Amino acid sequence: MSQTTTNSSNDSVPAGQAKASWNFLRGHLREYGILFALIAIMAFFQIATGGILLRPVNLTNLLLQNSYIVIMAIGMLLVIVCGHIDLSVGSVLGFIGALAAVMIVNWNVHYLVAGILCLGVGAIIGMAQGFWVAYFKIPSFIVTLAGMLVFKGLTLWLLAGQSVGPFPPQFQLIAAGFVPDLLGGEEINLFSLAAGVVVAVALLGLAVRTRARQIRNGTADEPFAFFAAKNALIFIALIYMSWLMATFRGLPNVFIVMALLIAIYSFVTARTTIGRRIYAIGGNEKAAKLSGINSERLTFLTFANMGMLAALAGLVFAARLNTATPKAGATFELDVIAAVFIGGASMSGGVGTVVGAVVGAFIMGVMNNGMSILGIGIDWQQVIKGLVLLAAVIFDVLNKKKG
Amino acid sequence: MGTILEMRGITKEFPGVKALDDVNLAVEEGEIHALVGENGAGKSTLMKVLSGVYPHGSYEGDIVYDGQVKTLRGINDSEREGIIIIHQELALVPLLSIAENIFLGNERARNGIIDWQETNRRTAELLARVGLKENPETLVDDLGLGKQQLVEIAKALSKDVRLLILDEPTSSLNETDSGKLLDLLIEFRARGLTSILISHKLNEVEKVADTITVLRDGATVARLDCRQGVSENDIIRDMVGRSLDDRYPARDPRIGETVMEVRNWTVHHPLHTERKVVDDVSFHVKRGEVLGIAGLMGAGRTELAMSLFGRSYGRDISGEATIDGKPADLSSVRRAVNAGLAYATEDRKTYGLVMDQSIRRNVPLAKLDAVARNMVVDHDREAEVAEEYRRKLNVKSSSIEQETVNLSGGNQQKVVLSKWLFADPDILILDEPTRGIDVGAKFEIYTVIRDLAEAGKSIIVISSEMPELLGITDRLYVMNEGRFVGEMPTAEASQEKIMSLIIKSGART
Repeated sequence: MSQTTTNSSNDSVPAGQAKASWNFLRGHLREYGILFALIAIMAFFQIATGGILLRPVNLTNLLLQNSYIVIMAIGMLLVIVCGHIDLSVGSVLGFIGALAAVMIVNWNVHYLVAGILCLGVGAIIGMAQGFWVAYFKIPSFIVTLAGMLVFKGLTLWLLAGQSVGPFPPQFQLIAAGFVPDLLGGEEINLFSLAAGVVVAVALLGLAVRTRARQIRNGTADEPFAFFAAKNALIFIALIYMSWLMATFRGLPNVFIVMALLIAIYSFVTARTTIGRRIYAIGGNEKAAKLSGINSERLTFLTFANMGMLAALAGLVFAARLNTATPKAGATFELDVIAAVFIGGASMSGGVGTVVGAVVGAFIMGVMNNGMSILGIGIDWQQVIKGLVLLAAVIFDVLNKKKG
Repeated sequence: MGTILEMRGITKEFPGVKALDDVNLAVEEGEIHALVGENGAGKSTLMKVLSGVYPHGSYEGDIVYDGQVKTLRGINDSEREGIIIIHQELALVPLLSIAENIFLGNERARNGIIDWQETNRRTAELLARVGLKENPETLVDDLGLGKQQLVEIAKALSKDVRLLILDEPTSSLNETDSGKLLDLLIEFRARGLTSILISHKLNEVEKVADTITVLRDGATVARLDCRQGVSENDIIRDMVGRSLDDRYPARDPRIGETVMEVRNWTVHHPLHTERKVVDDVSFHVKRGEVLGIAGLMGAGRTELAMSLFGRSYGRDISGEATIDGKPADLSSVRRAVNAGLAYATEDRKTYGLVMDQSIRRNVPLAKLDAVARNMVVDHDREAEVAEEYRRKLNVKSSSIEQETVNLSGGNQQKVVLSKWLFADPDILILDEPTRGIDVGAKFEIYTVIRDLAEAGKSIIVISSEMPELLGITDRLYVMNEGRFVGEMPTAEASQEKIMSLIIKSGART
């Protein structure tokens, strides 16, 4: 007998504009909260480091350093929304890096062929784990814990305990290359700037269209001021960032890959039937199954996808270090999982967004970077990151209770 | 005997809603006091005020208990006064024993070391008082719902209860267990224990209650003295504020040819594979027909329906099903839906809805492709569909964006129905479609069933409430212990006839 049942359908007529805004903010505190948190953290470190954080070279580095975490966070978001977890991604990243190194450096396989094979192997690893989770209902925690040990071991075996490298220069370009300036800018990379502007305009256009549709359906509950402020902020931030990077060496190749993945997976999760079904499975698997959703197959595919993205991250990481080491990827799974939870996903599944996970990854990344610049030791960095994760989840839980 | 409890002028507000508005409740010592009202009328809120879940100060008004004004700040306070509430969702730990559950948080211990002898001895005493013949060391998980309910009551007795509050205690019990529970209440009354019974089942209320308080829209509307004779219709009139002379919508059945036929359907238990849960069942349903399946809880009706619907239950399923004379492929839920079958579950929370998601996302779930193009969901179309059903089924909600977890039971049921109506089946199986929902919403659901039948659909209703089956169906099967033990046109059926079929078939085995 919750009080909402006595609400009639027309009590959403605003008693006052301010009150409506406040109610909306309370309902969507999480979404705005994480964005504000990222901005606040960036502002803090920008000031604390005396402006080093947003220097073009540092910003570029920051993106490169976090690219593999972001790539894996996208896959992990799907796994967690589906109601599972994947602890093996760090080991898989290391294993694929090792596999690529052995193929390219030791066996002289062409780097493109090797790259494609590695993605395939990643997908197969994901399938092998997803198979047990989806069809035999073995808890994913255990299956992927086993996977973590297995692939850590296989990495050691494959590399025989040695580092293998260096890679040919073309392969390194994945992680270290920049998009050439097709527009022939001199001082600054015009193409990068133009790309940033185009993306910013496109996002703004998309937001306006969505808003128009919501108004048409009468479901636009976001006050206009919020809508305008949020999108103006995103617009300005995107153009500012692309300008910053344009004054250095332009857009990194990895950045393009990341942006594409974020766009594709945001679309898949928010707009497609597959995405919708994954959320339904995570929210209530039994109800989803009785609605005719093939939860086994989707769970299986979610893990296959995770394996493939972990492989992609493995290639990027290996290319970035220009060598495959037996220790690559250790504890990355924890950073990835933390990013997804900071980004607002729920442990029990069914809740979370790709953009949230990416912002979560960058919150961790900015803190790593900022604290390193400030000369804070790795010991305290860990402590602070741990507390931030805890705080984010506590905030989530309290916020949900209140609502 | 005097008044044990008086709640005076209780007003409780939530942001934007007045859940209780100047409610008065007076309970005499040693009586059974029934609290009735539609879902959302404020019964549970009132009991939460009484048991201290909403502490003193968060509401207006006074609680006078034993002649003193009490300020209860939590469940511990109310339990110390002997006020014990048993919630609709039982609060037992399945993998602990009966004895462990009864003394959970109240262990018979000396210096922190549990005295198991004493615990089991006391438990045996308590179980005897509630008439439950079970070993105190039996796991609660191994007990049926009816027995679990008795364990809850034994637990209440262990705390020196003076005022026992039961929230919908029989909503998930079959008739036999319900009867036993009510007899127990009457026995307690004879020993001077006061109880408050919250129930939707008015026949039960009529049977045991001494006094009835009726709540409507958060206010007290009537206090009826049963010793002066109160009829079910009187109660309903006060509950809904209008007279429901006809509790079932009138209908003019136009029944066509046979649509679905099931022959020799046998289903084995998923774990105890040698046990047949459904045993050689054959039936058919016609176009435009409302078919009822009567039986006690555990007769195998849900298992029959779920095994038909994409083999969602059981193993080693044998038998054949035809739809429109052709063999139907029901081997997965998707195929069953494509064959024109739909099944709306009895357990909305576990099997029906994705609770944390909005109405908009739940309604199209069984036929998502119909609101999508090339696998891309069309949000406009989706919103249209959800809004259409929200309006058509009168789902009380702020908008289609409201999460289903925040809806009342009746409205949740309407969302489940919306989902399956949108899937547009030819044969719709409804499992306990009105369990735990109030009279007004029941009528609306009966109306939906009638409209579907008039549109030429076939409806199969599984229900434990016999008056409901007698009121809305055209033809009935009676199921007991996995087998169909009788078939009759509803016009020739009666509760006695159904019960005697069940009892006779039980005696035969």
